[in-house]
Formats: sequence, C-alpha cells, structure tokens
Amino acid sequence: MDTDIALILTLDGITTGAIYVLIALGTVLIFSVTRVIFVPFGDIAAFSALTLAAIQLGRLPGTVWLVVVLAALALVMETVDLVRRGDLPRLPRAALLYGLLPCLPPAIAWLTTGMKLPMALQMLVALSLILPIAPLIDRIAFRPLAGASTLILLIVAVAVHFAISGLALLFFGPEGFRTEPISTASFDLFGLTITFQMALMVASAVIFSGLLFLYFEHTISGKSLKATASNRTGARLVGIRPVRAGTLAFLLASALGGLSGLLIGPVTTLYYDSGFIIGLKAFVGAIIGGLVSYPVTAIGALLVGVLESFASFYDSALKETIVFSALIPILLWRSFLTGSHDEEDEEIEG
Amino acid sequence: MNLSTHRLTVGLACLALMLVPLLASPFYVTLLNFIGIAALVALGLVLMTGLGGLTSFGQAAFVGIGAYATAWFTLTTGLSPWLGLLLALSATGVIAACLGAATLRLGGHFLPLSTIAWGFAIYFLFPEIPGFGQHDGLKDIPAISIAGFSFAENRRVFYVIWLFLGAAIWLVSNLLNSRQGRAIRSLRGGAVMLASLGVSLFRVRLTIFVIAALLAGLGGWLYAHMTRFVSPSPFEIRPSIEFLLMALAGGSASVYGAVMGAGLVVLLKNWIQDILPHLTTNAGQLEIVAYSVMLVLLLQYARGGLMSLILRAFPQREPVRPAASHGLPHRAPPPAGTPLLEIVGATKRFGGLVAVNDVSFGMQSGEILGLIGPNGAGKSTMFNLITGALPSDGGSFRFMGEEITNLSQARIAGLGIARTFQHVKLRPGMTLLDNVLMGTYLRTSTGFLGGALRLDRVEEATATREALDQLARVGLADQAYEKAGNLALGHQRVLEVARALASDPILLVLDEPAAGLRKGEKEALARQLRELRDQGMSILLVEHDMEFVMGLVDRLVVMNFGSKLMEGTPEAARSNPLVQEAYLGGQA
Amino acid sequence: MSALLDVARLSVNYGKVEAVTNVSISVAPGQIVTIIGPNGAGKTTLLSAIMGLVKSRGIVRYDGMDVARLGVEDRLANGLCLVPESRELFGDMSVHDNLLLGAYLYRHDATYIRDSFERVFGLFPRLAERRTQIANTLSGGERQMLALGRALMAKPRLLMLDEPSLGLAPLIVREIFRIIASLRTLGVSVLLVEQNARAALETADFGYVLETGELSLEGRASDLLHDQRVTATYLGGHT
Repeated sequence: MDTDIALILTLDGITTGAIYVLIALGTVLIFSVTRVIFVPFGDIAAFSALTLAAIQLGRLPGTVWLVVVLAALALVMETVDLVRRGDLPRLPRAALLYGLLPCLPPAIAWLTTGMKLPMALQMLVALSLILPIAPLIDRIAFRPLAGASTLILLIVAVAVHFAISGLALLFFGPEGFRTEPISTASFDLFGLTITFQMALMVASAVIFSGLLFLYFEHTISGKSLKATASNRTGARLVGIRPVRAGTLAFLLASALGGLSGLLIGPVTTLYYDSGFIIGLKAFVGAIIGGLVSYPVTAIGALLVGVLESFASFYDSALKETIVFSALIPILLWRSFLTGSHDEEDEEIEG
Repeated sequence: MNLSTHRLTVGLACLALMLVPLLASPFYVTLLNFIGIAALVALGLVLMTGLGGLTSFGQAAFVGIGAYATAWFTLTTGLSPWLGLLLALSATGVIAACLGAATLRLGGHFLPLSTIAWGFAIYFLFPEIPGFGQHDGLKDIPAISIAGFSFAENRRVFYVIWLFLGAAIWLVSNLLNSRQGRAIRSLRGGAVMLASLGVSLFRVRLTIFVIAALLAGLGGWLYAHMTRFVSPSPFEIRPSIEFLLMALAGGSASVYGAVMGAGLVVLLKNWIQDILPHLTTNAGQLEIVAYSVMLVLLLQYARGGLMSLILRAFPQREPVRPAASHGLPHRAPPPAGTPLLEIVGATKRFGGLVAVNDVSFGMQSGEILGLIGPNGAGKSTMFNLITGALPSDGGSFRFMGEEITNLSQARIAGLGIARTFQHVKLRPGMTLLDNVLMGTYLRTSTGFLGGALRLDRVEEATATREALDQLARVGLADQAYEKAGNLALGHQRVLEVARALASDPILLVLDEPAAGLRKGEKEALARQLRELRDQGMSILLVEHDMEFVMGLVDRLVVMNFGSKLMEGTPEAARSNPLVQEAYLGGQA
Repeated sequence: MSALLDVARLSVNYGKVEAVTNVSISVAPGQIVTIIGPNGAGKTTLLSAIMGLVKSRGIVRYDGMDVARLGVEDRLANGLCLVPESRELFGDMSVHDNLLLGAYLYRHDATYIRDSFERVFGLFPRLAERRTQIANTLSGGERQMLALGRALMAKPRLLMLDEPSLGLAPLIVREIFRIIASLRTLGVSVLLVEQNARAALETADFGYVLETGELSLEGRASDLLHDQRVTATYLGGHT
C-alpha cells in the first residue's frame, strides 16, 4: 500500500471517527451520570438522519409518533406514581414536563409538514424531535430500576434498543434514506480532495467536544453533572437531584447524538436499524476511554474510525468482525489498567 | 413439596412428555422441539447468568458454532451426525475456553460488553468462512439416526431432543448440589467469601462459561439435524437476547426455570405471531418490541423469575442429606505455647497514606490474642494482610514457621488460617448446612464432572457429617436445614465461625465479631470462643469493642494511627494512658 | 425554647437487623449536642435516617415540621445538613468546585456565594491556599475541612457531623473541634457524632450515649465528661 492510499484511508477514517467521537462522548456522559450504558444511543443518531430525510421529502417523520407514544407512556407512569404516593400537587408539573413539553416538537413538525423550510430550520426541527426520546426512555425504562446494578441496567438498555428499533421499522419503514448534502463544495489540501461535508464533520466534532468541555469546566450546571458522576451521595448531600442530573445528561447526549446523525445523513444511506452498529462502534471508543475519560474516549473513537477504514480496505466483508474483535484486547487492556475488582453485586432474592 | 412428591411430579411430567408426539398435532410437536432446544441453551444461561452472574449477549453464536460445525462436517465427509456431535461439542468447547480465558477476568459490566463484541464478530464471520455457504447457508443436512433407524421425522427427533434435555437437567442439578455447585451458587455477591475459603473464582467462572457454551453447542447440533438447514441469521444477537429472556423469565431459583422460560417465550412468540397480524399490518416488526417490553417489565417487577414465584407458592422442604458416621480427618493442633504467628515490620500503604506502619507482634498456639484500636487505627488492614486479602508493602509474616508473606488467600487458608467477616458474608438463601459445607471446600476434592455424575456421594456424606459436627459445636445443629438469612445477627456470626471451623483451621481470625451484637449475644459469643480455646484452637480477634475483649483475651496488641501502641495483658492495656487517650480522645 | 430538631422513637432496620431502636433526641437552637458511643452502635445510621438517606420509623420533626415526606434535597433546602463519616467529596474536582457545589441550591445568588466563600476561607485559610488543588490529593485533615466547608456553603441551620475527628492526628483534631465550637457564634446548631468522647463532650452542651442501637445515657455534657459509666462504655469493665 502506498502512502497516498494510506493517507486517503486515514482521512476517511478520521471523518467517520469524528461521528463516533460525538456519539462516544454522549455515551460516556450518560454512563458517568446515570450508570446506564445506553445501548440505543446509536439509534438516536440514525433517527435524526431519518427524520431529516422525511422532512426533506415533505413527509411527516415517524419520529413524531415515537415521541408521542413515549410521552404518553411516561405521562401515565408519572401520574400513577404521583397518585400512588399521594403527591397530587405535582400533577400539573408532571403534565407539563411529560405531556406538553415533549409534544411541542412533534406539533411543530406536524404543522410544518410539506413546507419548504430552509435547510437550517429543517435540521433544527429534526434535532428538536430527537431531543425528548432519550429522556423519556430514561423515565419509562430506567427510573423504575433506580438502585439496580449496572448489569441489570445494561440488559434493560439492550432490550430498549430492540424495542425502539422495532418501533422505528414501524414508523420509518424498511427503506434506506440519504439526506440532501449540506454542501457539495470541495477543496484541495496537500493534494487530497476534501469535501466540505467531510470538513464539516471533523469541525463539528472538534467544536462540540470543545463546547462540552467548556460546559463542564465553566458552568455550575456542568459541574453538577460532573459531581453526580464523581459521587452520587455527595451530590445528593449538596442538593443535586440525581434524577434531574440524569435527565440533563440524557438531553445533552441526545443533542450530540442527533447532531452526529445530521452530519452522517448525507454521506451514508441509513436504515431504521443502522444506528445500532454505529452506536456499538462508538462504544468501542468509549470503552477505550474506560467510560470515564472524555479526551481518551475522543481519541479512541477516532482510532476506531481509522481501524474500520483500513479494515474495509483489506477485506470489506470482514470489516465488522475486525472492528468488534478489536474490542476484546481493548477490554483486556482496560481491565488490566483498572485492576480486577470483584465487586459485590446484589444478592439473589428469595 | 418433599423429595418423593418431587420425584413423582418429575416422573409424571416425563410420562406425559413421552405421550405428546403420539397425541399432539405435528404443529405442537415441532413447537415442543424448539422449546426443548431453546431450553438447553437457556439452561446454560441459568447456570451462567442466573446463578453465576456472568451475562452473555452472545449465546446464539455458540449455538451457531455447534450447528455449523456438524452441518459442514456431515455434508463434506458424509459421516454420521454422531461424529458431528463430537466435533460440534469440541469446537464450541475449545472456542468458549479461549474466549472465556481471555475475557472472564474482566470486571463488572465489561464482561457482558465483550460478549456483544464476540457475539457480533462470530456472527459476521459465519458467511465468510469458506464451505459455510455464505448467506445462503448449508442445506440437506442428514438426519440423526441410530443403526439405520432415522430420526428425520419431527415426532421422532422429539425424543432425542427431550432425552438430551432431561440428561442435561439431571447433570446440572447434580452439579449444583455438589461441592463445586455450592461455589457456583455463591458466585453472585459471594466472591469475597469464596476467595477466603480457597475457591478459585476464575476456574469456577470459566467452567460454567464452558458448560453453558457446550449446552448451546448441543442445542446447535440438534437444531442443525432437526431443521436440516443452517444459515447465519438464527445466530445473531437477537436470538441471544431471546435466550437471555428465557433464562431470566424462568429464573434461577431452579433448573426447571430454563424449561419454563423457554416454553413461555416460545409459546408467547407463537401467540404474538398469531395475534399481531390481526391488530396491525406490521406484525413482524412489533414482535421484537413485545419481547423487549416483556424483558423490561420482568426486570422491573419480577427479577426472581417465574420459578421463584412458583416456589414461593409451593415452598420446598430441603431434603435431608445423608451423613456418614465420621467426619473429615483433622490435623493435630500444635502443642500449646509453640510460636504460631510471627509478624515482623508489617507495612501497608494506600497511595500516600500509611495504613499499617512497621507493626510487629507474635502469637502462640492455644491463646486468644486481641488486636484492638480505635476506628481508622489500621486493624482491618492488618487483618487483611495476615489473611492474604491484601498484598503487603513490607515486612514478613510467618505461620507455624512457614513464610506466608504475600501468599494467595487460598494458600493461606489451606495452611490453616480461617477467617470471618465484620459484615457477615453468608448465603442467605442457602441452608445453614450448605453454608458450613462451603467451609470444607479445601478439604474435599470432587470436581465438576464428578459432581455432575454423582460420584461424590461418599465424600459428600463425610463432609456433611463434618459440617453437622461443626454446627453442633456452635449450638446450631437443630437448625441445620433452615435458611441462613432467617437467623438473627448473633447467630449469623456464630454460623460464620462454624463455617471457618469446617475448614479445620489451626488459627481462627475473627474480624470485629462483636460489632452490632446485643449484650446477651456478645456474652454467648465470648463463651463459645473460650470453649474453642479450651479445645486447643488459637484465636486472633480484631476488635473495637473493649468491653467484649477485656474478659476474653489472654493478651492484647493495641494499634493507633497504623502503628503498634502497646502489647500486654488486658489490665495493662486498660490502665495505659496512651490507650485511654486513643480510645477516649485527648483533651481538646 | 422549642427544639430545632426533635427525634422521637426512631428505629431503623437493615434487613432483619435493627440498627437503631427507639431513639429519641432533641437539639435546641444554637446548641451543640453530641452522640457518643462505640463502633457499631448505630450512630451513623441515626444521622442517615435524620437526613433521609435511609428509611426509618418514628418521628423526625425539624423546625416544627414533620420531615417524613421530604427528600434529602428538601431537608437540605430547609437548612438540615450532613457531613458524613465518609466525607463524600467530589474527589476528582478542585477544592473551589467542591465548595461552589456546596452552594448548589443558591447557585443563582452570586452575592451569597461570594460571601460564603469568604466566610469559609476565613474559617479555613488552608482551603484558600489549596483552592485549585484536586480534592483527592488533599491530606486527611484538609479533606475534613473541605467537607465542613462544603456543608457551610449550604446555609446550614443544623449541621450534623459524623466522626469529624476520624483518622486525624491530634493537632488537627484540636483545630477541627475549635472550629466546631465557633459555629455557635455563626448561629449554626450542631449534632455531633463522635468516638472521641472527651473532645466531643468538652465541646458540646448536651450529650447522649448510644450503645448497640439504644440510648443508654444522656445528660449535660459537662456531667457526662466525669461519669464513670461513659468510660466503662468505651473501655469495658461495667462490673
């Protein structure tokens, strides 16, 4: 292989890796704050691209129904909980948070269906439709399991993935979509042709990682998330509600996931279930970062992109096998770093 | 339910099953065949995930390895499927052993994640292997036959499947009732306790991982020769989740949970496939939604699974275990007064903090020595250094003249140092007898195969006698078949002492045995410890409670801020101003 | 004078084990009250129950209201504040951030935050020096100061301290107790759980002795200080 090909492959890998970076950072954010390994996170990214595609085709995106169904479920669960606890004064707030607020974006999407909105607005509508999904799933699937082990949460996360990808097939249908390119321009750099789209993907990864860093370092809200991740009991003792921190983490991560979907949409044809594999690959990056370190996660996600790009050059059929097999040595290295700890997980009931 | 009604139920169920292919419609026979195969895989997961706490999202990959191995072999060589079975089992066994050896040391959630990784990797590999028929798969696989009698028909292969399942259930329940089985049943949440009893956690985990893979491989072999066709799609991650759902739905309270779970999921799946098309045109897509929702609901509301609900409705009496007339052979304690433990310059650092700083003391056979000090004095760290739970950063530890510095916990336990825990570590769901039997782990030798094949009856009877003797020694003999979780804390502490005694120790090391005990309980415990000493047992007590220690010990070592403050009789310690200050605090 | 905190017949169970049985205590405004007793007596459990971290039976009245229905955060918002034995600092964050998060409930009040920083740094000049240091790298004494400081940022009216002297060298213990005594002048009442009986009783106005989950003695701190029964609880020899 000559250096030119290597360079092209690396460049290609970094572009894909940039997408993985955003998703991996979101995964780490959710895990560190809530201890949930949010397997359906890749789906969130894919849904945002599919939503944008539907909007561009002048259709009502399936996401609308997904959000409405989830919001209805969450509202019912919250109401039942509040009634059971006799905490009726909080009912209006619940109706606002779980009923009205999540249904605003679907309403906007419904009202604007078929309108020829400018691209930026289309993206905004798509993104706002994506945002409520993960926090609602948190309310429905994970909050009733507060205090469960990471393992139980992981099993539930896997189940949730299958549930929402089934719903996605129902709402989006089996056909694949590609969104309109944001720009078709390209330029030359060191003799390589770089499309504007590629540059945008990498730049977005850099900018949004930077914003996330600033948020954690310079806002009290960001610090409260860091604090929850660092010490949950400590966080409660200073008045940070872990539940609220969790919702915030899911919301922020969704923004990252949704954004990466919008970026990847014009480059790859996405199907209702494409998100899973994308999410898992980003996840390999997150594991390189030990699910704690944001900078190492970002580097790891880039590495996965490059590995994938080289693997598909050598043997495109074995690409997936190679990328996933790479996870095992990484896990071993990670586990070696942290040392083996036989944590005492929950006792068996009965 | 007692043993004979249990046998009757199982017998009747078997009889009813034998009649099914003669009476039921072909559709239900096929359904039962699928249930049987799924139950085999789920049985492995009950063992591995339900009991052992090792979650696998990749079990279908092992089914695929078994299925592809036999399909490829019988099609290319034209030889008997029975040889294919050998190949299927060896292939799954070897691959599982390699994967397990590489990944089972992973802590916490890293292990299940790795199963997703290799599950995917193997699934993507199937169509790429030459001779495996790419995405179309392999067809016209021969049927199973014995001496020319073909089991091609679904009615006939039914007997093969359920016979294998029956055998597997028999073997697994035998295993769970054996020496290694008690270790398997303690893996979840009992890792620290098992290590202190000399159990190699890694070996137990690896073995159940391989057993689960073998059961999956067997399922794959049956599947290949029943459907006579294999392609990659049944071995991806979705069916893996279904198997996990079966194991969790059935629950790990009993091996029959696997059959219950498999039956429930397969029937529900069938029912959903029937009913959904009436409700929507997108039935196929909603199926997976339904399972996933079921799995989530199950974990939210019935984490113990179906079997635990059934067992709660029909509580089972524990069968009385046969006991031999003699217990296990005991080692002779060294004569009173010989040096037992010699610690010189013990040091342990955690980061910048020196938890134990150059502590030296010795102990003689036949005495009760108290190691005391206020909170944070370094007693517990000292304790963990002696028992090998923590590696030391300096100093030498000798036990009966032998160097034990930085030996493994298992080795130290084997030399005759047995410990208890400050926060009692018992198996609340197991009987007192089973809890104490775990103490005999290092004195017995039955392996996994021996346990599964019931070759351990003599050894079990001897160990049971030993455990009953130790229970009697601490006064709990009449509650041997009660669940340990039903005991009051005082009795749980004593039960831990009985478990430690069952390992035939020379030195008993107790970690804050009086913590949380009421006055009467403390007095009873002190009485029992004195009796043990009179029988020749040497006891090292790490304690905070001065009152408990005062009337009990022969000598005291007092620690404060990681260093030894003094050593001497209880009276000398009490009147020592340094000790008073350490305990009551200096003047502010 | 009505009590700030009134605990009546409080019991806590861990599974089948009762860790705290029928305990009744009260703290008057401006008072320092100490609960002393040996390891495993249930002191930490008692404080966790008052804070709402563990479930309990019995009545906890704080500032005249029954707090049974209030969560940890709501109790905190009313000025009930706990510094636990394990400190529960944000280990990978700076001293400054730990303190800042202590005032999380008052995050929109910049003046309050500025004044509180000044007050805490006034009490603990050492923390001001270590402002940018990561909490995990502090010494034991500094960590305790940070835990105290973080709690003081939360506008406490009743500060519950669990073993503030644990694992600290005598000089630092003296320093910590001097600061606890000075809290009275800031209008903060203190419920102090300690093993270091002498120092605690010398600082406190009133004391309770807790033994295996039950109160065995109570009285004015100065009386308990010279009570032989207290010594016996610690060093044994009731007879």
